[in-house]
Amino acid sequence: MSKIRIATTSLAGCFGCHMSILDIDEKLFDLAAVAEFDRSPITDIKQCGPCDIGIVEGGVCNAENVEVLREFRRHCKVLIACGACAITGGIPALRNGVPLVECMAEAYLDGIGTENPSRTVPNDPELPLLLNRVHPIQEVVRIDHFLPGCPPPAEAIWQAISDLLAGREPTLSYTQLHYD
Amino acid sequence: MADGTITIDGQTVPFTEGQTIMQAAEAAGVYIAHLCHHPEFRPHGSCKLCTVKAGGRHVAACTAPASDGLEVENESEELAAGRRALLQLLFVEGNHYCPFCERSGNCQLQALAYRYGMVEPHFPHFYPQREVDASHPDVVLERNRCILCALCVRASRDVDGKHVFDIVGRGIHARLAVNSASGRLADTDLAPGDRALEVCPVGAIIVRGRGFAVPIGERLYDHRPINEIGNRVPESEQ
Repeated sequence: MSKIRIATTSLAGCFGCHMSILDIDEKLFDLAAVAEFDRSPITDIKQCGPCDIGIVEGGVCNAENVEVLREFRRHCKVLIACGACAITGGIPALRNGVPLVECMAEAYLDGIGTENPSRTVPNDPELPLLLNRVHPIQEVVRIDHFLPGCPPPAEAIWQAISDLLAGREPTLSYTQLHYD
Repeated sequence: MADGTITIDGQTVPFTEGQTIMQAAEAAGVYIAHLCHHPEFRPHGSCKLCTVKAGGRHVAACTAPASDGLEVENESEELAAGRRALLQLLFVEGNHYCPFCERSGNCQLQALAYRYGMVEPHFPHFYPQREVDASHPDVVLERNRCILCALCVRASRDVDGKHVFDIVGRGIHARLAVNSASGRLADTDLAPGDRALEVCPVGAIIVRGRGFAVPIGERLYDHRPINEIGNRVPESEQ
């Protein structure tokens, strides 16, 4: 039997959810026996190929996030929203109450300790354009399963993956489901 | 209306004259989900989480009177789905950032969402802009987390005799207001020890210096669901 393929990515996230994926510890060996990683910070593969499971950390804050998220949806049979930022926007969404122009001014022009003699806001064509608001990923593409938590505990991540491997609907126990 | 019995999910529950379905259930140790209800205060009937089916009709258990022979349905799949949707609406209507909220783990909104297996908000987030009032030396009013249950309104008015809070505006414009000329908490006579500071089911009223006193894993709802331990304020916050 060929191995199942898993892709993971972090959009507007802090990689904390990826740390929690690594926190499944020795179960990584069990996982490696049946699965291999496609695009993921673990492999450093840059483009996602056809996959069975996609795990997305972080919300959508810029144009590149939208592109990557759509790429994941296109290539992954099952897409999992992993963590508070993916599901609610999380900490990055705190800027949603502040106009983007004011955010940029605070960060690059007027913030305490900012040194920027040219008084310009970075505008290189290679920089992804920021969206006006940070969005949870389910507002952009269809999501199959959700793993809340900041980060979701390793047991919850392993529970979901092993449920999917066994052909079951991922179900979290009371202690595996939390939002913080 | 005289004393009698009702049934809740088939279990016989006695009631005394004048009791609501919620009061009869509480006296019998049967848990009905709720946020705006508190046994010490007059019913408000606003959160609708206590919606049960009584005699085939949807009613708020906290305001509907018990009547002899009434058959009440409480924990059905249908009612659970309705409660989950109400909780999702409450989450997207405010700015509920559990990861850094002082009340996380002790929050009744969060605990009910766990209880009803809410894994995502389902509805698009509003991300409303709401004012935080940090003017008071002992208390912070975090309106982003307020669910308009009016428990602080009732506690301040009916127990503390101060009428510090009230709800103003209607519909989506409703908000928790502070009853002072400036509208600031610092200009009220709200003081430590007030009952109004101990009834907030979420993290909207935060007493300074108490946040994160109890570590993750030891908080009220970390291991046991709210239907087992009830809507409580932890000792660390009393």
